[in-house]
Amino acid sequence: MSEPPALGRDDVAHVAGLARLSLSEEELDTFTGQLARVIDHARDVSSLDVHDVPPTAHPLPVRNVLRTDDPCPGLDRGEVLAAAPDVEDNRFKVPRIVGEAP
Amino acid sequence: MTADGSDSAAALADAVRRGERSARSVVEAALGGIAARDPELHAFLHVAADGARADADAVDEKVRAGEDPGPLAGVPVALKDNLCTRGIPTTCASRILEGWRPPYDATVVTRLRDAGAVVVGKTNLDEFAMGSSTENSCTGPTRHPMDPSRVPGGSSGGSAAAVGAGLVPLGLGSDTGGSVRQPAALCGVVGMKPTYGVVSRYGLVAFASSLDQIGPFARSVADAALLLEVIAGHDPKDSTSLDRPAPEVVRSLGAGVEGLRVGVCEELVADTAPDVSRRVREAAEELAEAGALVEEVSVPEMRLGLSAYYLIAPAEASSNLARYDGVRYGLRVDAPDVAQMNTATRTAGFGPEVKRRIMLGTYALSAGYYGAYYGKAQRVRTLLIRAFDRVYEQFDVLVGATAPTTAFAIGERVADPLAMYLSDVCTIPSNLSGHPAISVPFGAGDDGLPVGVQVLAPALCEERMFQVAATLERSAAARARAGQGEGRR
Repeated sequence: MSEPPALGRDDVAHVAGLARLSLSEEELDTFTGQLARVIDHARDVSSLDVHDVPPTAHPLPVRNVLRTDDPCPGLDRGEVLAAAPDVEDNRFKVPRIVGEAP
Repeated sequence: MTADGSDSAAALADAVRRGERSARSVVEAALGGIAARDPELHAFLHVAADGARADADAVDEKVRAGEDPGPLAGVPVALKDNLCTRGIPTTCASRILEGWRPPYDATVVTRLRDAGAVVVGKTNLDEFAMGSSTENSCTGPTRHPMDPSRVPGGSSGGSAAAVGAGLVPLGLGSDTGGSVRQPAALCGVVGMKPTYGVVSRYGLVAFASSLDQIGPFARSVADAALLLEVIAGHDPKDSTSLDRPAPEVVRSLGAGVEGLRVGVCEELVADTAPDVSRRVREAAEELAEAGALVEEVSVPEMRLGLSAYYLIAPAEASSNLARYDGVRYGLRVDAPDVAQMNTATRTAGFGPEVKRRIMLGTYALSAGYYGAYYGKAQRVRTLLIRAFDRVYEQFDVLVGATAPTTAFAIGERVADPLAMYLSDVCTIPSNLSGHPAISVPFGAGDDGLPVGVQVLAPALCEERMFQVAATLERSAAARARAGQGEGRR
């Protein structure tokens, strides 16, 4: 398996966008240098041939857990909504999600 | 009494239960200590004085009425501020959660209250538990209780410092890559990470869900055992909680180590500072003296743990922290549409280390790199677990250092994230494997600051691990009385 390329400025700008973070030019430079060092250190893992080893996603043998379908009180709606930045008619209120009709 | 003469949690609870001391007086003393000392330490983000007094009065009322007030009656406890407390601010030391008051208690908080413990406040941490020094807090660093120019370790540095300074006998932290054990070692207290699934994660703000466990801080192994028994056990609210009773660790404390096979893990000794590795070797000699069969063992896969962890933990974090979008709780920075609002909120709300981890994790998971980074790291996680399984065929427990150095200077590692990440090199393997591990204070380094020795055990072998930890604690106390390895007070 070939080694992945080194992490560059464009990669950092790309992942920042995916993660909904906005970076200044200066931050982009700093983060690129710092993250490249971490990714470079990770070559001891990324360069290993482990294709025949199964992945572990979780330390326990995880299985789906179901409980009996008994009604029980949930969180108090008023208390939950009180923590929200904006609320209307017992719902979370957000700014526009889709653009204007053309 | 603990080694330094302060009251143990067990002794305080006994005195309160017998009516010899009121819970109120115990809590007032703790609040007084916090008021006097915390302006310098900055261990606490919030002191819940009124609630603590009311809770203490309720305990005293139960004692007067002849009801059982619980095994931790009147004992003041400090909680890391990533544990949800109903009506009490829970910020994760992040601007994005500033002022948030959760509508529910974490299961560990409910269990503490049911046991009669009194929550006195919420403690400082690296933002969202990401860090090893408590410097990544939006409110500024916590200081080491013995040397204000040094860090207390992290990310649960506030709880470690509060217990280390004697402000409270017990604290809770969370340990994703060593965040309980490493600050415990640096602050000279006991800190442990249970087997994954032994303690409910319900109400622990998620960082890396396959690695996170809540663990106790205490000034003695016995108090840590007492606290673990209170918080452990099955919880239907956490689907990864193990359906089995809490480990009976208190009972195992006096059992000793006669005939136990102890492996001194080369990788957890060789890569540490000389003054730290010397203490670990002395600890191993003490265990041999006490009747254990001690041998050196090499587990080369341990060295892959750091890289695997710094791909897996950020990957999980990038997913978990997607929920901070300015919609349901916490900060919102207004913008004309929802995507811009999300970006503006997250950009203003998260600090630099959280942004680094989110970006690192997003990169490790992104198209084209998933196989090379996250996928490989998951396979290496399997290799490490297999290595543990192999070594535990020959040994009952492993010992090593908890942290590569004693407490370092504030500011020393801030500019170099990789240097900071290396602080976790000895603690990370147990998170990847899900196994329990405990740090016990064992003498001091050349600078007079505490050194922690770590005991690692197979999954669900907490009893055996506490047996060894208690033996080490007795040896350390005997050595201190004999003038060996004594540090600053």
